[in-house]
Amino acid sequence: MKYIWLIPLLPAIGAAVNGLVGVRYFSRRTAGAFACATMMLALGLSLLAFWELLGLPAEERAFDVVVADWFPSIPLQLHDGSVGTFRAPWGFRLDPLSGMMLLVVTGIGTLIHVYSTAYMADEPRGGVARFFSYLNLFCFFMLMLVLGNNFPVMFVGWEGVGLCSYLLIGYWYEKKSASDAGKKAFITNRVGDWGFILGVFLIFYTFGTLDLRDVQNAAALMPVETGHFGVLSAICLLLFVGATGKSAQIPLYVWLPDAMEGPTPVSALIHAATMVTAGVYMLGRNAVLFSHAPEVMTIVAVVGVLTALMAATIGLVQYDIKRVLAYSTVSQLGYMFTAMGVGAFSAGAFHLMTHAFFKALLFLGSGSVIHAMAGEQDMRRMGGLKKFMPVTFATMMIGTLAIAGIPPFAGFFSKDEILFRAFLQNKVIWSLAVVTALMTAFYMFRLMYMTFYGGYRGPAWEGADHGHGVAHGHVDAHADAGTGHAGTQDDHGHGHGHGPWHGPHESPAAMTYPLWALAVGAVVAGFLGIPAAILPSGSAIEHFLEPSFTAQEVRLQPDGTPLSGVRLQADQATRPPAGAERAAAAGHEEGEHQVSRAGEIGLMAFSVLIAVAGILAARRLYVTKPEISEGLAERFAGAHRVLSNKYYVDELYDATAISGTKSAARRLWTVDRQVVDGAVNGTGWVTLFSSWVSGLSDKHVVDGAVNAVGWTAEESSYWFRRLQTGLVQNYALLMLFGVAAFVGLYLIVR
Amino acid sequence: MSHYLSIILFTPLAGALLLLFVSKQNENAIRWIANVVAFIGFVISVPLWFWYNPQNPDFQFVERAPWIPSIGAEYFLGVDGFSTLLILLTTLMGIIAILSSWTAITERVKEYYVFLLVLQTGMLGAFMALDFLLFFLFWEVMLVPMYFLIGIWGSANRLYSAIKFFLYTLVGSVVMLLGILALYFYNQSVTGVYTFDITLFHKANIPVNMQWWIFLAFFFGFAIKVPMFPFHTWLPDAHTDAPTAGSVILAAVLLKMGTYGFIRFSLPILPEATHAFVPMMVLLSIIGIVYGALVALAQKDWKRLVAYSSVSHMALVMLGMFALNPVGITGSIFQQLNHGISTGALFLLVGIVYERRHTREISEYGGISKVMPVYAAVFLVMTMSSIGLPALNGFIGEFLILQGVFVASKIWAAFAASGVVLGAAYMLSLYQRTMFGKIENPKNENLLDLNGREFATFAPLLVLAVWMGLYPKPFLDRISPSVDHVIARVSPEYAKTASADCDPAVTPTVVATNAAAQFLSAAPCGPDGKPLDAVVDSPAMPRVVASPAMPRVGASPPMPQVVASPAMPVVGASPPMPEVVARPAMPGSRSTPTPASADSAAPGGRR
Repeated sequence: MKYIWLIPLLPAIGAAVNGLVGVRYFSRRTAGAFACATMMLALGLSLLAFWELLGLPAEERAFDVVVADWFPSIPLQLHDGSVGTFRAPWGFRLDPLSGMMLLVVTGIGTLIHVYSTAYMADEPRGGVARFFSYLNLFCFFMLMLVLGNNFPVMFVGWEGVGLCSYLLIGYWYEKKSASDAGKKAFITNRVGDWGFILGVFLIFYTFGTLDLRDVQNAAALMPVETGHFGVLSAICLLLFVGATGKSAQIPLYVWLPDAMEGPTPVSALIHAATMVTAGVYMLGRNAVLFSHAPEVMTIVAVVGVLTALMAATIGLVQYDIKRVLAYSTVSQLGYMFTAMGVGAFSAGAFHLMTHAFFKALLFLGSGSVIHAMAGEQDMRRMGGLKKFMPVTFATMMIGTLAIAGIPPFAGFFSKDEILFRAFLQNKVIWSLAVVTALMTAFYMFRLMYMTFYGGYRGPAWEGADHGHGVAHGHVDAHADAGTGHAGTQDDHGHGHGHGPWHGPHESPAAMTYPLWALAVGAVVAGFLGIPAAILPSGSAIEHFLEPSFTAQEVRLQPDGTPLSGVRLQADQATRPPAGAERAAAAGHEEGEHQVSRAGEIGLMAFSVLIAVAGILAARRLYVTKPEISEGLAERFAGAHRVLSNKYYVDELYDATAISGTKSAARRLWTVDRQVVDGAVNGTGWVTLFSSWVSGLSDKHVVDGAVNAVGWTAEESSYWFRRLQTGLVQNYALLMLFGVAAFVGLYLIVR
Repeated sequence: MSHYLSIILFTPLAGALLLLFVSKQNENAIRWIANVVAFIGFVISVPLWFWYNPQNPDFQFVERAPWIPSIGAEYFLGVDGFSTLLILLTTLMGIIAILSSWTAITERVKEYYVFLLVLQTGMLGAFMALDFLLFFLFWEVMLVPMYFLIGIWGSANRLYSAIKFFLYTLVGSVVMLLGILALYFYNQSVTGVYTFDITLFHKANIPVNMQWWIFLAFFFGFAIKVPMFPFHTWLPDAHTDAPTAGSVILAAVLLKMGTYGFIRFSLPILPEATHAFVPMMVLLSIIGIVYGALVALAQKDWKRLVAYSSVSHMALVMLGMFALNPVGITGSIFQQLNHGISTGALFLLVGIVYERRHTREISEYGGISKVMPVYAAVFLVMTMSSIGLPALNGFIGEFLILQGVFVASKIWAAFAASGVVLGAAYMLSLYQRTMFGKIENPKNENLLDLNGREFATFAPLLVLAVWMGLYPKPFLDRISPSVDHVIARVSPEYAKTASADCDPAVTPTVVATNAAAQFLSAAPCGPDGKPLDAVVDSPAMPRVVASPAMPRVGASPPMPQVVASPAMPVVGASPPMPEVVARPAMPGSRSTPTPASADSAAPGGRR
């Protein structure tokens, strides 16, 4: 476990090698194999570390490794006027929550790397290396996020995955929509990050530390802010703003559906299994903080369930196979936040894990379908693919059953746990969540029926008998659209350039094996969380994760001593209230909302019933009586339009925030040129003008005066000059006049 | 060793002189010489990184010689951690700028390199000078070569931009000179000594109303250089029209003069005024952050966009500085280096496509990453560095600044952090518009990717960006003594234990004297806790130490200048300067008598 820092480092090396060398020199196969190898090594190390973690007693399952200083110590004032020390090392922590997440990231990451070697096989050579470089880089950042033991290191991962998401969404950068979507994802995430970093600043200001565990311990000592909105609530709210960005919750969810512009393995890894769950994970990491801010918890739960509901309704009417899955992801993330909001942290984390399996499976399956259809993503042009690609169908069906919540698939256990906790906490939230569950089952089976059942509606291919797709078009909700497009090669795809298309086909082994692996996960992952109502020993995963959500925790150092004396004290100080803490965090079993075991099983049965109802409805609308769905769409044309257009939220943001910013920018630019710079230029002009005036006055007044003197002298000299005749007689005469004048004057004066 | 700084300082100038003897026609020889000189200039400055001792809070590598003795001006050089880093940045950007001009400049090659090298000396001098007049000299020396660089080798509107740059900065520096002179004469009126010694001013206690005026005078000089809103409009013009190397130097180094000035002069010399002006500075900074970012968003000219991003980033630097706490100022200094690296690189990047296409219109580009993949990768890293992606350098500065600002005020931080969002918006849309998409302009189809020389200009910047992002400790360690020095003046509540050991009162020589003693506050601490007397005992200083005691002894040795000074009419009558002593306790409350001071205050107790 001392070497857990190697786990993120391995994919980083892979990214660096592929990015610096591979782009130029590696063949497709080498690039892919290298990337996969680093991930497999990371997975091996993770399993090893996790095994060691399991070997420890439950209370000691935490392990810190500090690799190096990052932000060295700098004094900084805290809220109470004392001077704290701002510092953050490159520190990693393995504890149950990060351990679980570690396995999810490396495990699913590895599978998706393998899958990508086949999926991206038709890309140009350098492009493949670039793709794997980004994908590896993503895994590096995601592992940093997961393992970081303080907020800044977590933030490295947090922002870094955003960057990789940007790069991978915009992988086909020549496509405008792809680079737009990447930009949108990055900037929307930045809006969330605004909240997140302010939250981190407030954490430091309040607690004087940025270590995740120290913050939890310190928070545990503070009173629970029931009924008022104190500093903990402010922190939690700011962190939650960050989470809404990263995990695509209202109001910042808009980027995720667009992110489907990226290659499908990317959607599976980043936009379903790992990155988007970072917000949930972060909330789980700060469980103690959040459980001290019940007001914010309510906000979290409400936002979560509303997001779940809203995304599910949009998912009902989408035709792009990946968009359905995208909205389903938003919806499932909403579920996780609902769980966090009602205090069921381990249920949320559990759902995070099961969701990672079945949603990655569904995305990879859809990728397999898209691959088979040469880039086609519109479900109206699919249909009947069951017989062409049985493996994809079978595995996707497992994923669909899992997400719909049919026992014994994974989704059932995790979703049921959330519903149960929500039921205990708040009936309104519970009922909204149940409605969402119904819709989930419906739209997922709609996807399955439209894609795999009925007749083939896609474009014809060489040597195909054209009849069979359209002739059995009884399932075809949009027969006209289907035939209209038949035979035209679609331009929506990203151009798998493998010659003439030979019709839908099963994908190669590198793609189907990961599907099988994930399908197994989607079945068995749920067994970790079999609730106490069924299995007397109780949910294994809940017990396992619990220490991560409570303040009490013994940190084990490599040499077996705690990090510092201060921390030890903090630990001891934390101990007494920790018991209460645990009760608060681990759920409400002891609370007033005690429900009997029979009641719990009843709720379970009810949620299964709901799921089955959804499935049957989908079957009726899309298999047995397809005309009904047409009719419904027509009857509720208005509602249908609103849903198809995703409630016009994108348009709303566009009209307000985006164009507002843009026009502000343009106006300020005008102001800058005309007013601010105008003042500068004006000053210049004033100077120039006054110098011109000075020049004039210099020329005419000052110089005029000088010239006037000269002129006067000259003019007067003209007259005086006339006196100087040079004739002795004249001078004699003048002398005579002079003598006479003086004598006369003398006589008169005297 | 004792002339180490002078060697660094005059190497570029020597190179410039050497170039004068090379025939104008021999362009390649000129290029080689300039590059070699700049490279040597960088290489000889590198030991500064290793030789500078961060444990020693004093100015190091001090060189002192009389310059204009009649007015007390000295040739006085010295560096602390902050200036060390800026000097290294300057020498590095110097070689990068010169290397980047190889093919870009084809006319008047000789003059071009001469100006660049002279500029280099000017910048280095400004960062090394510890004499205010010397600083001002170098400050002005920088202006002239830059003026010619823009005016001769610039693009379309170069004359307008060059004159605007020159006049604008000149106005600021004239006002700053007034401030310097006010400080000079005030100091003389109190101590009777004519000196421009900055280290002395750092210990001065100046009456608050006087601080105000001097602060304002400095503000004009430095704020124009930074540039702060609303004095920023010369910058986009100068950047846009300057040749690439000019823009790089301008962004990476020249702008730092303003922020350097604030941290080196305004804050420590004028602590009370600094506090008084915090609201104004913060307001202007926050406006600068948001305004600069928004205006950048509206740009259609690549270079102008980067220039406005510069305005926004430098405003963030200013904001961090005026948080007036260690984290904020550390971040502010660190961010200056980051800005030098990332914005310098962004200008280089523009320069490279400009050299190929001769246009800066963003709409002329698009899809470039197809034909120039290496270029696109470098651009991506620098974009990310510029928008503060964690694990790259920009993040460290941004995070520290915002954390510091947050402690000062949550509202400021909330506004400033919005700059982070906008920063991503304008940089990413620039990146998208130029690099992504299909190549629609046939002129872009055959653009050549970076060649070896061009890549060499980026390599050190890329390395630095990653290094500073992953392991900033060596940098932050070097910054920390400078920060402590400033903090001890502006926010004494953070004064560390180390400086408490050597509070001013401990040094009898200093406390024994009164009026002027107020100028000699906390003596710097040595590693052993004893005050280091390097400054006080240096050969040029006996006047200062001797003179303050005079008034106390009464009428005996009259000090004509002091008595004559209108600012101090009561020297003979009552020994201490009333306004000085009556002021609220300053850092370390120098006015409090301590045993040591009582001792030495006794008649004859003075040595």
